[in-house]
Amino acid sequence: MVDDARLADLRRKFGRAPAAPSEPAPAKRTPREAQPRFRGLESGHRACQGCGEALAARLVVECAGPDVMIANATGCLEVFTTAWPESAWRVPWAHSLFENAAAVASGMEAAMKAKGRNTKVLAFGGDGGTYDIGFQALSGMLERYHNVLYVCYDNEAYMNTGIQRSSSTPHAATTTTSPAGKERMGKRHLKKDLLSIIAAHHIPYTASASVAFPQDLQRKVRHAMGIDGPAFLVVHSPCPLGWRHDSRLTIDVARKAVECGLFPLVELERGALTNVMPIREVRPVADYLKPQGRFAHLFSDDVRAQEERDHLQALADYNIQVYGLTGEGQDPADTGGAAAVGRSGRAPRGNDGAARRVS
Amino acid sequence: MREALEGSQAIARAVALCDPDVIAAYPITPQTHIVENISKLVAEGDLHTEFVSVESEFSAASVALGAAATGARAYTATASQGVLLMAEVLFNIAGMRLPMVMTVANRAVSAPLSIWNDHADSMAVRDAGWIQLHATSNQEAVDTTIQAFRITQDTELPVMVCMDGFILTHTLEPIDLPSHEDVRAWLPPLEFDRKLDPADPKSMGMLVTPDFFPEVRHSHHSAMQKALATIEQADADFESAFGRASGGLLTVEGDPEAKIGLVAMGSTVGTMRAGMAHFQAEAGPARLINLRAYRPFPSQALRDAVRGLDHLIVIDRAISPGLGGILGSEVAAVLSSAPDAPRILNVALGLGGRDIPETLYPDLLAAVRDPDAPAFSVFDADLKKLAPEDR
Repeated sequence: MVDDARLADLRRKFGRAPAAPSEPAPAKRTPREAQPRFRGLESGHRACQGCGEALAARLVVECAGPDVMIANATGCLEVFTTAWPESAWRVPWAHSLFENAAAVASGMEAAMKAKGRNTKVLAFGGDGGTYDIGFQALSGMLERYHNVLYVCYDNEAYMNTGIQRSSSTPHAATTTTSPAGKERMGKRHLKKDLLSIIAAHHIPYTASASVAFPQDLQRKVRHAMGIDGPAFLVVHSPCPLGWRHDSRLTIDVARKAVECGLFPLVELERGALTNVMPIREVRPVADYLKPQGRFAHLFSDDVRAQEERDHLQALADYNIQVYGLTGEGQDPADTGGAAAVGRSGRAPRGNDGAARRVS
Repeated sequence: MREALEGSQAIARAVALCDPDVIAAYPITPQTHIVENISKLVAEGDLHTEFVSVESEFSAASVALGAAATGARAYTATASQGVLLMAEVLFNIAGMRLPMVMTVANRAVSAPLSIWNDHADSMAVRDAGWIQLHATSNQEAVDTTIQAFRITQDTELPVMVCMDGFILTHTLEPIDLPSHEDVRAWLPPLEFDRKLDPADPKSMGMLVTPDFFPEVRHSHHSAMQKALATIEQADADFESAFGRASGGLLTVEGDPEAKIGLVAMGSTVGTMRAGMAHFQAEAGPARLINLRAYRPFPSQALRDAVRGLDHLIVIDRAISPGLGGILGSEVAAVLSSAPDAPRILNVALGLGGRDIPETLYPDLLAAVRDPDAPAFSVFDADLKKLAPEDR
């Protein structure tokens, strides 16, 4: 239950003041005025140009806040938003260690329960802190059914230490610890299917989202915020430095990952698939790979390059099959629709937030 | 009212008297009975707290950290491997200057695997920045636990209450547990100014560049030194409220004119006390120093306590292989600036739960008079059990 009086008080302190009842409502809101009233993550931080994670975190916090507190794993997000005595956070935020964000969040949530407070606890981690080193703590948090929304900003490698492979790094991508060479075509192992593992905990809500589809991302955050129990959201967040693409292409690259089927946007409730974002026009995987330097070796004359490209295409085809990603006809929440409305910042016409239901 | 309680059960009851908001723990021998007794108190409705039964000690410490960051009174307990698995979090909790209390049921560290008592676990995290207090008896462990909750909120330093595994945790003794009302009157509610609160958002655990890092460490060290007075004061206040003290920073007993002294921590103090009483005639007069506060180290109090001694036996329950006794080395360092410092005989006793009989007492006093005795030895090791090349 949201404490309305408390929320109003927090909005008054940290949000833009709502218009007094006597004032006439503004006739038309400019695009700037249509921007969110609350920004939990301020500008001025030290993220790289085109950082997908910075954008994703801002989108999450602006619709989750202000009555939240965050447990943040070690990683880029922690480093570029802090450095004492400066902080970009306008919500209570704590960083402890790389592998314990879920456990710290569990403790915060237990304390909120003990004190009878409704403040929602969020946990933030990268793919390193979530798929790998913090995996045990995350599983424990989900099993114990803490009322926490865990958000994983997935940029598919250890970017904070300088681009080393994680279990989320896609097959065949190069990183500094999975380089391509005479004997290797990049990472030899598959990207871990984390969503299925999380969903196997039978928690109320598990979803994937992408910075390329902010409307969809924020709808999922709002849905998760309303759940009294554990929820998990993984957000595909390109890293121009690590993926070696032009920093102005962050959204474009992220969109292509969804449109080719390599990063499906799905929702699962209690372990069962309930929603997917349909792909309006399925792209070949090569469209997604081409702008990224981490896949450059897949476009050489080497016979293995073609094999690896085929393999990645097969992985995308598999996703399209098992999640049923090719919808029929127009859908306001498909890749075309959600992207088009997302950029304007306005509510999408004809979209009440419901994506296509999988029967 | 005095009740016959097992040490672990008494600790669980003492923790309950302090109204913790959040308890997170993972079972490990010999701490298990503490977690079990807390779980039972919660199940019976005798303790209203959020008890988080976690999947590892690492998460136990992390859950306590998260709770403490919001201004909640947090508690955990562990031992041995659990302390080591927590180690990274323990440094973090102290560095973030978060108040909380942890019981360590001291146990040896593997390998070789041993479930029995020594001090290798808490010694391994001596530099984490926690206050470490040792109890010589279960009554002291109970009283020190209550005091620890006050010390931690007065200092914003986490407090570790060390009690010897099995020797204390599994021993049934008559214990006087204070009433809930009296503890509530003595222990003020936790007011943590830096707590995470949406109405006053703060960032915590931030990156600190070299511009500020040495200052952070200095202030932590300085807070630890100031905590010496807080620990003494808490014990004195406890004594005026409840009629008994737990040993302040250290206690001195025995013959004040003695030329031989012993320093020990934890339950070994009781063994040495018994040895001193039984073997006074043959062993001669001695002074017994019970070091209750191991961190912060009561350097000045120790210098005062050894004044007039010619010989000092320092008993370690853990060693630093390649150096010798840990406590012995620290005592030697602290006394190096004292005039007429006593000659130190450093012995390790009872490693991995080897029984320390009081009959060892006269042997120790004989060794200190032996000019050929090594400055450090694992005193009770039977070298005949080793291959000649390992002796």
